[in-house]
Amino acid sequence: MSQPEGKVSGALEVKFVPDEAVLSHIADDAGIKVRKDKAQLAVSVKRFAKKLENISDDEAQEILAEENYVAALGTCAQDPVGNGSGVSGGEVYSFQTPKCSSKMAELASELAQTPGQSVAADHFKCPEKTAKTPQSSKRSGSNKVQQRSKKKEFLSTTPYRLRKRLAAPDSCLESESEYSASCSEEDDEEDQKEVSTVLSGQKTPAKATAAATSPPRNALAKKIKEEKMSSLVEEYFEAHSSSKVLTSNRTLQKLQTRRLNQKTLHDLLKKAPLAYAAEMKKLSQQHESLFSKWMLQLHLGFNIILYGLGSKRDLLEKFRTSVLQDSAHLVVNGYFPSITVRSILNSITEEVLDHIGSFRSPLGQLEFIHKRFKEDASLELYVLIHNLDSQMLRGERSQQILAQLSSLPGVYLIASIDHINAPLMWDQAKLRLYNWLWYETTTFNPYVEETSYENSLLGQQSGSLALSSLTHVLRSLTLNARGIFRLLARYQLENKDNTSYPGLSFQDFYQQCREAFLVNSDLTLRAQLTEFRDHKLIRTKRGADGVEYLFIPVDDSTLTDFLEKEDEDV
Amino acid sequence: MSTHSISKGCFVFKPPSKKRRVRQETASNSTERKNDSEDTELRFASCQSLWAQIKLETEKIQENLNKQLLDNLVSFLRRSHSEFQEKTTEWSCQMKSREIPTAALVLGVNVTDHDMTFKSLSEVLQDDITPYVALLEAKDCPGIKNLMQKLMGQLMNCCIDIDEDSFEDDSHVQVSQNKIRCSMTSLINWYKSVMKKTDSETTRKKRNSSSRHWQSPPVVVIFKDMESFTTKVLQDFIVISSHHIHELPLALIFGIATSPMIIHSLLPHSVSSLLCIELFQSLSCKEHLSTIIDKLLLTAWCPFKLGEKVLKVLINIFLYHDFSVQNFIKGFQLCIVEHFYSQPLSVLCCELVDAKKRVNTLSHNQCENIRRLPSFRRYVESQVSENQIALLTSDSFLKEVTQKLLEDLQLYHENYVSVLRCLHVFTSSLPKYPLGKQIRELHCACLENQVWETEEYESSLQLARMLNKSDLVTMLQQCVEIFVSSSGKEFDKTVEKLKEFLTQFQELEAEAFEEDVSVSSEKELQKKTDLYHLQKTLLELKESRRSKKLTKFEMLRFEVVDYIDSLVRNYLVPADHKTLYEVVYFNTASVLRGHLNAAPRTALHTALNNPYCYLKNQALKSDGGSISNKAPDICIAYKLHLECGRLINLVDWLEAFSTVVMAVEGPKADAASSDQVDHIIYARFIQAVSELIFLGFIKPSKQKTDHVARLTWGGC
Repeated sequence: MSQPEGKVSGALEVKFVPDEAVLSHIADDAGIKVRKDKAQLAVSVKRFAKKLENISDDEAQEILAEENYVAALGTCAQDPVGNGSGVSGGEVYSFQTPKCSSKMAELASELAQTPGQSVAADHFKCPEKTAKTPQSSKRSGSNKVQQRSKKKEFLSTTPYRLRKRLAAPDSCLESESEYSASCSEEDDEEDQKEVSTVLSGQKTPAKATAAATSPPRNALAKKIKEEKMSSLVEEYFEAHSSSKVLTSNRTLQKLQTRRLNQKTLHDLLKKAPLAYAAEMKKLSQQHESLFSKWMLQLHLGFNIILYGLGSKRDLLEKFRTSVLQDSAHLVVNGYFPSITVRSILNSITEEVLDHIGSFRSPLGQLEFIHKRFKEDASLELYVLIHNLDSQMLRGERSQQILAQLSSLPGVYLIASIDHINAPLMWDQAKLRLYNWLWYETTTFNPYVEETSYENSLLGQQSGSLALSSLTHVLRSLTLNARGIFRLLARYQLENKDNTSYPGLSFQDFYQQCREAFLVNSDLTLRAQLTEFRDHKLIRTKRGADGVEYLFIPVDDSTLTDFLEKEDEDV
Repeated sequence: MSTHSISKGCFVFKPPSKKRRVRQETASNSTERKNDSEDTELRFASCQSLWAQIKLETEKIQENLNKQLLDNLVSFLRRSHSEFQEKTTEWSCQMKSREIPTAALVLGVNVTDHDMTFKSLSEVLQDDITPYVALLEAKDCPGIKNLMQKLMGQLMNCCIDIDEDSFEDDSHVQVSQNKIRCSMTSLINWYKSVMKKTDSETTRKKRNSSSRHWQSPPVVVIFKDMESFTTKVLQDFIVISSHHIHELPLALIFGIATSPMIIHSLLPHSVSSLLCIELFQSLSCKEHLSTIIDKLLLTAWCPFKLGEKVLKVLINIFLYHDFSVQNFIKGFQLCIVEHFYSQPLSVLCCELVDAKKRVNTLSHNQCENIRRLPSFRRYVESQVSENQIALLTSDSFLKEVTQKLLEDLQLYHENYVSVLRCLHVFTSSLPKYPLGKQIRELHCACLENQVWETEEYESSLQLARMLNKSDLVTMLQQCVEIFVSSSGKEFDKTVEKLKEFLTQFQELEAEAFEEDVSVSSEKELQKKTDLYHLQKTLLELKESRRSKKLTKFEMLRFEVVDYIDSLVRNYLVPADHKTLYEVVYFNTASVLRGHLNAAPRTALHTALNNPYCYLKNQALKSDGGSISNKAPDICIAYKLHLECGRLINLVDWLEAFSTVVMAVEGPKADAASSDQVDHIIYARFIQAVSELIFLGFIKPSKQKTDHVARLTWGGC
């Protein structure tokens, strides 16, 4: 039954594996007798899944036991803020497996189904899909590792899930589907039609396990332990080697929803009710009860670090206002885009220690602070740093200086981290200097303040920011200068479809400006360009032939907006 | 004043009034809680004093351990520049003295402990050898220029310190310090001028005070972390200074964390040949830890004790994470703080004499606290009924009993330590070490549960019953020593008994000697035997061995082992069987682990995957570890993004997200408001995505428009 489907994806290769082989494989794995009766196959598979659940539970424990030092460290079940401290590392972050994008939609439709509500998810025109009982979304991660489609990389598990769900397959997929992945699905569906007498045409046991509702990874894990490692590595490189990106080509621009700027975004978010406010409040109350303990521990020479999901800004603010009112303290917004260690040290020397004068290097400054604190034993300073792991502070040198600062006897540091890789910032020496006590403070508060500076996301903020700065700068320039800039902008927009467009060469530009009576000599033009460059409105680069090319480092849509606005003004 | 700003990242707040409180005061204030009857201040004070005591003790231990190493180093440095001292002109010496004497100090991977070693090293050097010691760290010396600057700064500063107490008018040397060009020549000039000065000074002062240092003490430069220095800087420095070794008696000390091979891989042969390297090895961190445990935990003087789980956590952090004794001590400190903070009765955790006094002044609330202790309840239940009533009603009677119980506890600890050491003598020499090689393992086993019920104990007793005589005798002698040196009074009898065993063994030896003689004579008689007879006798021998009674030695061996066993059963009762053990034992390992060995990723993972763990709302509860669609936005976005590969299309993501969210809100959305709803969902989506970016799960990608790239491997 292996069929050469030469439709689109050359990467796809379908191989037939007889059911008997599959069954025997399964039976091997789980040690269950599976009746070869095809009519009962589905049932037995279900049972198998259930059994797997048990097995995998046992084995999960085994794995925990294997990492015996984790166990030895004594997980405490009655931890009030019980987190998943028992989760082993492999479960948390494992290798990535190739997936196709439609899985997200799948999961979405699964999640969308609430028992009480019959929802027609209008985005998905597959009523069959949604009508099925919600398959509780499998705990991913653990099993994903195992979903090694043994055949070919991009034969993902989705087809199977589809097949399982669709009695009468409806190939109606999302609109505008140009994905190769979706095509592969269609292939599979067709393939599946032919196999349709067999309800569950599992091709490989790996797929069967993928369908199981619980993490069945370990059942297989044991068997393929040896080959696992090598295949994981292969998978990793497979996933990362293909330059072809298997996602749809849709862009946000085609949506009707116009881009939101920062302000409207905030307004809209305010309208949206904050879910679980009561529970969050309870959580933060739990954390607030620790304030006095924190104070004690800070005074005993420890420094406090807070981690966990959710903004810890409010918590620290509360700590500040409730406990630190009577003592000198410094609040550092680490997420602030232009924060530097220098500015932190400066505010200590200038504002806390009332020192006038500058320092040659941060190390010298640190030495000065050190000396002052040594001289005056009664001097004390609380330093609160929101997001110690922010872009600006995560550098090695900054961390070194902050660590040294925190190790001073009169300085008490309390900081928060959010990034998943934050602990990698520190080596043993720095950890020793910091002398951390870790506190898990999961708050689930949205990171409103912290992300408000994030101007790279989705381009909507950066667009408005760039636009307003453009107009502001240009407004202060002469009419001719504006003309020059507009000329460059137009030229750039005309060439926007040309991917190899290097920019406008200086000579051409000069020619055009002369023709438009904007400049009379290339010196004037150069002077003008220097001004633009100082304001970062244009950038130059040298081509291969040594010619200077000019371009505006702003994306096209913003530039269009800008020109429209300019035309209105003129 | 708010800390929100779009133009500023640092905000300084100073108290309105200039009054500055003393640190101690704030600290003790912070311990204050609603319930003042729990002696918080007293607890804080005893916590502080205990910690100070322990700190002192650990420092002393460290000093003692490093003594050998430091002595070796000092003698090396003394030797190194003796030629320079004598100003010999021999040819061979001149040749040799191109080489810079260098000590390679292998310190091990526990970088965090090195600071202490270096600190004591430089102190010793300054006391004994030379006032000119410079400590350099790689992070301060990115280039040779910085290195020289740092070096000269340190050397000249130290010279200021010396000058200040002797002369006021000689300060011109330091004034110009900043302006001196940092070069080797200026360093030599400085050295010469200093030498001249000290020469004149010493002649004037008749060489009394500074006689410890020689006339021209060497300049010692310590590279704290040799591995992190850049090769170029090191090479340059060595080459330059080797040219000036005749004028400036320099000695180097390399602190090495890995292996001495690193010198040769860092420095080419031409440079390393300029060094005259001698190797020094510091004590291994494991030995250090054992000493700390021995002197801190297995003694009776420290009233505070660690529970089994806590000790295991600390040891595991040490063995699996950092090998750092400093961190172990930090953990110990945290235990003390936690114990005194969380256990109101820890006020009694002090010297027995003080504790008895404190018992008398306990408030009623504290008495109730005692009554609430599980171990005390067990004790009450074991008493006769009148006593029970008295214990539960009369505070004064309770106090009396408490005093007695505390005394018992103290006694138990004293005995425990001696018997534990004694048992360790036996178990540490058994093959395969069923009860562990280190005494700390044995200690953990004894704390965990009744050690004589464990299999390991059984097997080690079995093995002990097979020990040979000489081993057994030496062990018994060691045990006698332990018991004699211990403070417990109960052991007089034990010592006697053990000594009796020893004499019995000696007697046996004498007997055996006689027997030996007789056997050999017997053998002589049976000289002529054929095969048949031999077989027969062998069989007989075998028979007899099977049925025969044990020899005297074996009997005695059994007796000894049984006696040790009885000691163990008597004295090594786990601590939690003792009444009032809660007062001195800290056993909440989870707290400790959370604070010292946290797993931020796991916490994040749990929060995102299973918000019900934190937000106890029924709507979030779901089976099988999956999340429901009512979860917070970020959880849903996170869940969806896991289904994607390397790149994620934002439009698809948004669509999927709104499908989920709309499903929750229901189909009520009519046409008019749907646009509004769309916008809100879009905004929520953007917020969730930017939060994920902030957390580091994804990042904006330029590879394709409106795509983000995943930063984590695989799902979960």
